[in-house]
Amino acid sequence: MVQWTAEEKQFITGLWGKVNVAECGGEALARLLIVYPWTQRFFASFGNLSGATAVLGNPKVQAHGKKVLTSFGEAVKNLDGIKNTFSSLSELHCDKLHVDPENFRLLGDILVIVLAAHFTKDFTPACQATWQKLVGLVAHALARKYH
Amino acid sequence: MLTAEDKKLIQQMWGKLGGAEEEIGAEALTRMFCSYPPTKTYFPHFDLSPGSDQVRGHGKKVVAALSNAIKNLDNLSQALSELSNLHAYNLRVDPPRFSLQFLSQCLQVALATRLGKDYSPEVHSAVDKFMSAVASVLAEKYR
Repeated sequence: MVQWTAEEKQFITGLWGKVNVAECGGEALARLLIVYPWTQRFFASFGNLSGATAVLGNPKVQAHGKKVLTSFGEAVKNLDGIKNTFSSLSELHCDKLHVDPENFRLLGDILVIVLAAHFTKDFTPACQATWQKLVGLVAHALARKYH
Repeated sequence: MLTAEDKKLIQQMWGKLGGAEEEIGAEALTRMFCSYPPTKTYFPHFDLSPGSDQVRGHGKKVVAALSNAIKNLDNLSQALSELSNLHAYNLRVDPPRFSLQFLSQCLQVALATRLGKDYSPEVHSAVDKFMSAVASVLAEKYR
Protein backbone atom coordinates (compact mmCIF):
# COMPACT_ATOMS: atom_id res chain seq x y z
CA MET A 1 0.00 0.00 0.00
CA VAL A 2 1.45 3.35 -1.01
CA GLN A 3 1.67 5.80 1.85
CA TRP A 4 1.30 9.53 1.34
CA THR A 5 2.13 12.03 4.04
CA ALA A 6 -0.15 15.02 4.50
CA GLU A 7 2.62 17.20 3.09
CA GLU A 8 2.92 15.06 -0.04
CA LYS A 9 -0.83 15.16 -0.62
CA GLN A 10 -0.70 18.92 -0.30
CA PHE A 11 2.18 19.15 -2.80
CA ILE A 12 0.12 17.15 -5.26
CA THR A 13 -3.37 18.54 -4.92
CA GLY A 14 -2.18 22.07 -4.25
CA LEU A 15 -0.12 22.17 -7.42
CA TRP A 16 -2.65 20.26 -9.54
CA GLY A 17 -5.31 22.83 -8.72
CA LYS A 18 -3.21 25.44 -10.50
CA VAL A 19 -2.40 23.36 -13.58
CA ASN A 20 -3.99 24.11 -16.94
CA VAL A 21 -4.42 20.49 -17.99
CA ALA A 22 -4.87 21.19 -21.69
CA GLU A 23 -1.78 23.41 -21.97
CA CYS A 24 0.40 21.36 -19.70
CA GLY A 25 -0.61 18.08 -21.30
CA GLY A 26 0.02 19.40 -24.80
CA GLU A 27 3.38 20.77 -23.69
CA ALA A 28 4.46 17.53 -22.06
CA LEU A 29 3.50 15.35 -25.01
CA ALA A 30 5.14 17.77 -27.46
CA ARG A 31 8.35 17.67 -25.46
CA LEU A 32 8.29 13.88 -25.43
CA LEU A 33 8.11 13.85 -29.23
CA ILE A 34 10.82 16.52 -29.52
CA VAL A 35 13.32 15.38 -26.88
CA TYR A 36 12.87 11.67 -27.66
CA PRO A 37 11.98 11.66 -31.36
CA TRP A 38 11.75 7.88 -31.54
CA THR A 39 8.52 8.13 -29.57
CA GLN A 40 6.95 9.52 -32.74
CA ARG A 41 6.65 5.91 -33.84
CA PHE A 42 3.40 5.70 -31.87
CA PHE A 43 1.86 8.69 -33.60
CA ALA A 44 2.24 8.01 -37.31
CA SER A 45 -1.31 9.28 -37.91
CA PHE A 46 -0.63 12.69 -36.38
CA GLY A 47 0.73 14.29 -39.53
CA ASN A 48 3.64 16.70 -39.46
CA LEU A 49 6.01 16.02 -36.56
CA SER A 50 9.19 17.13 -38.28
CA GLY A 51 10.93 19.42 -35.83
CA ALA A 52 10.01 21.30 -32.68
CA THR A 53 7.90 24.00 -34.33
CA ALA A 54 5.77 21.46 -36.21
CA VAL A 55 5.24 19.34 -33.11
CA LEU A 56 4.34 22.29 -30.89
CA GLY A 57 1.87 23.59 -33.45
CA ASN A 58 0.29 20.23 -34.24
CA PRO A 59 -3.36 20.24 -33.06
CA LYS A 60 -3.46 16.44 -32.74
CA VAL A 61 -0.50 16.56 -30.37
CA GLN A 62 -2.19 19.22 -28.28
CA ALA A 63 -5.48 17.31 -28.18
CA HIS A 64 -3.85 14.02 -27.30
CA GLY A 65 -1.67 15.65 -24.67
CA LYS A 66 -4.79 17.02 -23.02
CA LYS A 67 -6.35 13.56 -23.07
CA VAL A 68 -3.28 11.96 -21.52
CA LEU A 69 -2.95 14.52 -18.75
CA THR A 70 -6.66 14.43 -17.98
CA SER A 71 -6.25 10.72 -17.49
CA PHE A 72 -3.22 11.36 -15.27
CA GLY A 73 -5.52 13.56 -13.20
CA GLU A 74 -7.38 10.43 -12.18
CA ALA A 75 -4.30 9.42 -10.21
CA VAL A 76 -4.40 12.75 -8.39
CA LYS A 77 -8.05 12.09 -7.50
CA ASN A 78 -7.30 8.52 -6.41
CA LEU A 79 -3.94 8.65 -4.69
CA ASP A 80 -4.75 5.56 -2.66
CA GLY A 81 -5.93 3.50 -5.62
CA ILE A 82 -3.55 4.27 -8.46
CA LYS A 83 -3.00 0.63 -9.47
CA ASN A 84 -6.70 0.01 -10.01
CA THR A 85 -7.26 3.38 -11.64
CA PHE A 86 -4.94 2.48 -14.51
CA SER A 87 -5.71 -1.21 -14.79
CA SER A 88 -7.62 -1.11 -18.07
CA LEU A 89 -5.35 1.56 -19.54
CA SER A 90 -2.46 -0.75 -18.79
CA GLU A 91 -4.07 -3.53 -20.78
CA LEU A 92 -4.80 -1.11 -23.60
CA HIS A 93 -1.20 0.12 -23.81
CA CYS A 94 0.05 -3.45 -23.89
CA ASP A 95 -2.49 -5.24 -26.06
CA LYS A 96 -3.61 -2.60 -28.52
CA LEU A 97 -1.05 0.20 -28.47
CA HIS A 98 2.09 -1.91 -27.94
CA VAL A 99 3.91 0.83 -26.06
CA ASP A 100 7.17 -0.03 -24.27
CA PRO A 101 6.61 0.93 -20.60
CA GLU A 102 9.95 2.74 -20.61
CA ASN A 103 8.05 5.51 -22.39
CA PHE A 104 5.84 6.07 -19.34
CA ARG A 105 8.94 6.85 -17.31
CA LEU A 106 10.17 9.27 -19.99
CA LEU A 107 6.85 11.10 -20.11
CA GLY A 108 6.69 11.24 -16.31
CA ASP A 109 10.11 12.89 -16.10
CA ILE A 110 9.14 15.35 -18.80
CA LEU A 111 5.95 16.25 -16.94
CA VAL A 112 8.09 17.03 -13.88
CA ILE A 113 10.29 19.36 -15.96
CA VAL A 114 7.22 21.10 -17.44
CA LEU A 115 5.87 21.65 -13.92
CA ALA A 116 9.28 22.96 -12.81
CA ALA A 117 9.40 25.49 -15.65
CA HIS A 118 5.85 26.57 -14.86
CA PHE A 119 6.04 26.81 -11.07
CA THR A 120 9.74 27.85 -10.84
CA LYS A 121 10.74 28.62 -7.23
CA ASP A 122 7.63 26.97 -5.82
CA PHE A 123 8.74 23.65 -7.27
CA THR A 124 11.01 22.95 -4.31
CA PRO A 125 13.14 19.80 -3.92
CA ALA A 126 10.53 18.30 -1.60
CA CYS A 127 7.77 19.11 -4.05
CA GLN A 128 9.76 17.58 -6.90
CA ALA A 129 10.41 14.42 -4.87
CA THR A 130 6.66 13.99 -4.32
CA TRP A 131 5.93 14.40 -7.99
CA GLN A 132 8.73 12.01 -9.02
CA LYS A 133 7.13 9.50 -6.66
CA LEU A 134 3.70 10.07 -8.23
CA VAL A 135 4.83 9.80 -11.85
CA GLY A 136 6.79 6.68 -10.90
CA LEU A 137 3.66 5.10 -9.42
CA VAL A 138 1.57 5.96 -12.46
CA ALA A 139 4.25 4.53 -14.78
CA HIS A 140 4.34 1.39 -12.66
CA ALA A 141 0.55 1.05 -12.69
CA LEU A 142 0.48 1.42 -16.47
CA ALA A 143 3.10 -1.30 -16.84
CA ARG A 144 1.46 -3.66 -14.37
CA LYS A 145 -0.86 -5.53 -16.75
CA TYR A 146 1.77 -6.16 -19.40
CA HIS A 147 2.30 -9.74 -20.41
CA MET B 1 24.59 13.50 -31.76
CA LEU B 2 24.85 17.13 -30.75
CA THR B 3 24.06 19.31 -33.73
CA ALA B 4 25.58 22.76 -34.24
CA GLU B 5 22.23 24.20 -33.17
CA ASP B 6 22.21 22.09 -29.97
CA LYS B 7 25.69 23.32 -29.10
CA LYS B 8 24.66 26.93 -29.65
CA LEU B 9 21.55 26.53 -27.48
CA ILE B 10 23.51 24.91 -24.67
CA GLN B 11 26.18 27.60 -24.63
CA GLN B 12 23.57 30.36 -24.80
CA MET B 13 21.56 28.83 -21.98
CA TRP B 14 24.63 28.40 -19.80
CA GLY B 15 25.56 32.01 -20.49
CA LYS B 16 22.12 33.15 -19.27
CA LEU B 17 22.70 31.77 -15.79
CA GLY B 18 24.66 34.85 -14.73
CA GLY B 19 26.86 33.32 -12.08
CA ALA B 20 24.17 31.10 -10.61
CA GLU B 21 25.88 27.99 -11.93
CA GLU B 22 27.46 27.04 -8.61
CA GLU B 23 24.18 27.30 -6.76
CA ILE B 24 22.59 25.20 -9.44
CA GLY B 25 25.11 22.44 -8.84
CA ALA B 26 24.29 22.25 -5.14
CA GLU B 27 20.58 22.47 -5.90
CA ALA B 28 20.74 19.66 -8.45
CA LEU B 29 22.49 17.42 -5.93
CA THR B 30 20.02 18.33 -3.17
CA ARG B 31 17.11 17.54 -5.48
CA MET B 32 18.75 14.26 -6.47
CA PHE B 33 19.24 13.13 -2.86
CA CYS B 34 15.65 14.12 -2.09
CA SER B 35 13.97 12.44 -5.09
CA TYR B 36 16.30 9.44 -5.39
CA PRO B 37 17.47 8.42 -1.91
CA PRO B 38 19.62 5.51 -3.18
CA THR B 39 22.00 8.08 -4.70
CA LYS B 40 22.97 9.01 -1.16
CA THR B 41 24.78 5.69 -0.85
CA TYR B 42 27.70 7.21 -2.72
CA PHE B 43 28.15 9.93 -0.10
CA PRO B 44 28.23 8.21 3.29
CA HIS B 45 31.11 10.50 4.20
CA PHE B 46 29.12 13.67 3.54
CA ASP B 47 26.82 15.73 5.69
CA LEU B 48 23.76 15.72 3.45
CA SER B 49 21.59 18.04 5.53
CA PRO B 50 20.10 21.07 3.73
CA GLY B 51 22.65 23.80 3.08
CA SER B 52 25.57 21.48 3.81
CA ASP B 53 28.96 22.94 2.94
CA GLN B 54 30.04 19.62 1.52
CA VAL B 55 27.07 19.44 -0.83
CA ARG B 56 27.69 23.00 -1.89
CA GLY B 57 31.35 22.30 -2.48
CA HIS B 58 30.62 19.17 -4.45
CA GLY B 59 27.95 20.94 -6.47
CA LYS B 60 30.58 23.52 -7.45
CA LYS B 61 32.91 20.75 -8.62
CA VAL B 62 30.21 19.07 -10.69
CA VAL B 63 29.22 22.34 -12.34
CA ALA B 64 32.84 23.26 -13.04
CA ALA B 65 33.23 19.96 -14.87
CA LEU B 66 30.04 20.56 -16.84
CA SER B 67 31.14 24.12 -17.64
CA ASN B 68 34.39 22.76 -18.98
CA ALA B 69 32.51 20.21 -21.04
CA ILE B 70 30.26 22.96 -22.42
CA LYS B 71 33.35 24.90 -23.52
CA ASN B 72 34.59 21.78 -25.30
CA LEU B 73 31.48 20.38 -26.91
CA ASP B 74 33.46 19.38 -29.98
CA ASN B 75 35.69 17.13 -27.93
CA LEU B 76 33.82 15.80 -24.93
CA SER B 77 35.88 12.62 -24.80
CA GLN B 78 39.05 14.52 -24.20
CA ALA B 79 37.57 17.19 -21.93
CA LEU B 80 36.08 14.54 -19.65
CA SER B 81 38.90 12.02 -19.93
CA GLU B 82 40.18 12.45 -16.36
CA LEU B 83 36.66 12.27 -14.94
CA SER B 84 36.01 9.22 -17.02
CA ASN B 85 38.97 7.47 -15.40
CA LEU B 86 37.89 8.61 -11.97
CA HIS B 87 34.34 7.32 -12.34
CA ALA B 88 35.42 4.01 -13.85
CA TYR B 89 38.29 3.07 -11.58
CA ASN B 90 37.84 4.95 -8.31
CA LEU B 91 34.26 6.03 -7.80
CA ARG B 92 32.65 3.14 -9.67
CA VAL B 93 29.27 4.78 -9.49
CA ASP B 94 26.68 2.34 -10.81
CA PRO B 95 26.81 2.59 -14.60
CA PRO B 96 26.54 6.28 -15.22
CA ARG B 97 23.54 5.72 -17.34
CA PHE B 98 21.47 5.19 -14.24
CA SER B 99 22.86 7.66 -11.76
CA LEU B 100 23.55 10.31 -14.33
CA GLN B 101 19.98 9.95 -15.47
CA PHE B 102 18.88 11.05 -12.00
CA LEU B 103 21.43 13.86 -11.90
CA SER B 104 20.42 14.89 -15.41
CA GLN B 105 16.75 15.01 -14.42
CA CYS B 106 17.49 17.07 -11.30
CA LEU B 107 19.87 19.42 -13.08
CA GLN B 108 17.22 20.03 -15.70
CA VAL B 109 14.59 20.69 -13.04
CA ALA B 110 16.98 23.16 -11.37
CA LEU B 111 17.54 24.89 -14.72
CA ALA B 112 13.82 24.88 -15.53
CA THR B 113 12.88 26.47 -12.21
CA ARG B 114 15.33 29.29 -12.95
CA LEU B 115 14.70 29.74 -16.64
CA GLY B 116 10.94 29.11 -16.75
CA LYS B 117 9.68 29.54 -20.31
CA ASP B 118 13.27 30.02 -21.50
CA TYR B 119 13.79 26.33 -20.81
CA SER B 120 12.10 25.77 -24.14
CA PRO B 121 11.55 22.36 -25.72
CA GLU B 122 14.56 23.00 -27.98
CA VAL B 123 16.85 23.87 -25.06
CA HIS B 124 15.43 20.93 -23.07
CA SER B 125 16.24 18.60 -25.95
CA ALA B 126 19.79 19.94 -26.34
CA VAL B 127 20.55 19.68 -22.62
CA ASP B 128 19.11 16.17 -22.42
CA LYS B 129 21.30 15.10 -25.33
CA PHE B 130 24.32 16.80 -23.75
CA MET B 131 23.87 15.03 -20.41
CA SER B 132 23.41 11.78 -22.27
CA ALA B 133 26.69 12.36 -24.12
CA VAL B 134 28.45 13.19 -20.83
CA ALA B 135 27.14 9.95 -19.32
CA SER B 136 28.42 7.96 -22.31
CA VAL B 137 31.90 9.42 -22.02
CA LEU B 138 32.01 8.80 -18.27
CA ALA B 139 30.97 5.19 -18.87
CA GLU B 140 33.53 4.53 -21.60
CA LYS B 141 36.13 2.91 -19.40
CA TYR B 142 33.90 0.91 -17.10
CA ARG B 143 34.79 -2.33 -18.78
